Amino acid sequence: MDFVAILSIFVLACFVGYYVVWSVTPALHTPLMAVTNAISSVIIVGALIAAAASGAGAAGASSKWLGLLGVVLASVNIFGGFAVTQRMLAMYRKKERPAVHK
Amino acid sequence: MEHVAANPWVALAYLVSGVCFILALRGLSSPQTSQRGNRFGMIGMAIAVVTTLVTHVPEKTVDILLTSLPPVPAQGVMTDYVAIFEILAAIGLGAAIGIVTARRIAMTAMPQLVAAFHSLVGMAAVLVAVAAFLNPVAFGIADVVTPLIGQPFAVIHGVSRVEMILGVAIGAITFSGSVIAFLKLNGNMGGAPILLPARHAINLGGLLAIVWFTFLFFQTQEPLWFYTVVALSFALGFLLIIPIGGADMPVVVSMLNSYSGWAAAAMGFTLHNTAMIITGALVGSSGAILSYIMCRAMNRSFISVIAGGFGAEGGGGAAAEKIDRPWKRGSAEDAAFLMSQAEQVIIVPGYGMAVAQAQHVLREMADKLKEEGVRVKYAIHPVAGRMPGHMNVLLAEANVPYDEVFELEDINSEFAQSDVAFVIGANDVTNPAAKTDKTSPIYGMPILDVEKAKTVLFVKRSMGGVGYAGVDNEVFYRDNTMMLLADAKKMVEEIVKALG
Repeated sequence: MDFVAILSIFVLACFVGYYVVWSVTPALHTPLMAVTNAISSVIIVGALIAAAASGAGAAGASSKWLGLLGVVLASVNIFGGFAVTQRMLAMYRKKERPAVHK
Repeated sequence: MEHVAANPWVALAYLVSGVCFILALRGLSSPQTSQRGNRFGMIGMAIAVVTTLVTHVPEKTVDILLTSLPPVPAQGVMTDYVAIFEILAAIGLGAAIGIVTARRIAMTAMPQLVAAFHSLVGMAAVLVAVAAFLNPVAFGIADVVTPLIGQPFAVIHGVSRVEMILGVAIGAITFSGSVIAFLKLNGNMGGAPILLPARHAINLGGLLAIVWFTFLFFQTQEPLWFYTVVALSFALGFLLIIPIGGADMPVVVSMLNSYSGWAAAAMGFTLHNTAMIITGALVGSSGAILSYIMCRAMNRSFISVIAGGFGAEGGGGAAAEKIDRPWKRGSAEDAAFLMSQAEQVIIVPGYGMAVAQAQHVLREMADKLKEEGVRVKYAIHPVAGRMPGHMNVLLAEANVPYDEVFELEDINSEFAQSDVAFVIGANDVTNPAAKTDKTSPIYGMPILDVEKAKTVLFVKRSMGGVGYAGVDNEVFYRDNTMMLLADAKKMVEEIVKALG
């Protein structure tokens, strides 16, 4: 893909993000931050590439270990982020019954 | 190695993953659809990870003997199972830490947790960028040049140099900034702003230096410039967050959220990866919008929040002119009586409720009142607490139904028809000076009009302390206000007891 094609995706995604985020209800802003945190760990893709690469020499080896460390950090975020979001969202409940009047 | 985007199916898989992330955020438009949204997020992440794993199987070069006669020594490529195991172990380790943390964390500690998670994204971005710099051929961002004399070397593409240095810089700023935010939110570090002399000049100088060294790196691919930018960015993130404290934290947390997104996007540009670019754009705009909402709710410009030092500079004047004015003190029994006689009670929670962990007992109080036939609603100011939506999560944790919880603009007109406004742990967000006093540091900030209720019950630890903005609250001294001076949790417990 050339740079302009990537830039187009990026710019359009910014607009999508703008409209999608404005439609998020303020009550769910904390879960929003938690889940955006989890999905921004898609950076794990880069870490996996580094960890899987067979580089020659010291630079290649350190690149691999940096990648593995990156995989650990991003995994903490992915699993932790989605799990904590799930935990929060499960707490949001509607009124189960109308208020009892005496 | 072949370039990632060479196979159209791979590119398509990353695109699907990006779309899943959009649906994940879309789900958050209402609590009913939110859990389905979260599952979309998980599916998107699984697609991205599995796609990368199967397209980047670790390989190693081994010496083999060709089975010809006579056997010929040669080199062959085979799957490196040790490396595969290492990668899976790394994922497993991260997953274990992440899941245990997510299960154990108290809901009141959510702001710290989010700050800590931001720092991890920032660090991961730094690690990936450095790895890409060290082994650019593996990432498909360099051409190998073999000179006539000497070793072959990799020349990183010009655009990629800029992209990777942007990623590393934003990642480093996100990391060190988030660490400071975490320490402040977690109480390891005083919440008060720390003001260095000439900090604006230092920050601006740091930023210009980063731009300059980025330019040098772009021209020369010199490692020294790359690592200088890394070091400067770590320092800048630290300096940026140090002067911001207390009630400005919601803006900081949202801002770092945004940065972590831009860091992912920059790395997406480097790796030509659609999933990362879409995600980065989504997260980046999400954090930016949240910062904007928080700033608007405080009537402060983003620049003035970033400049920092709120409450440390303007507070002196307001405190000096403080005079002893008469105010009424109430007991738990008074409060219980007033509320049980009311038709409608609006509860206004703030950061103090989170600190005192009073949300559960508050819901008990609301249940008792409902049994008495009182209508109970909750009013949430956008900047109540230490991160966007902080109060909503705590109330949800205490089993308060979300349709009893209202945002400022939806409930503000109802105070005038309410018998009691019950303010617990909030202060500045109820201060009418924001509407009337042009000299007040919080002038122009939208507030909850609690003073319009027939009676205001104000739970506060003592009369001495002022809110974060350092201004006295007019509401304390009004005829229709009753101060309930105690720890928030204890006071509400006593009210529950008094309600019988």
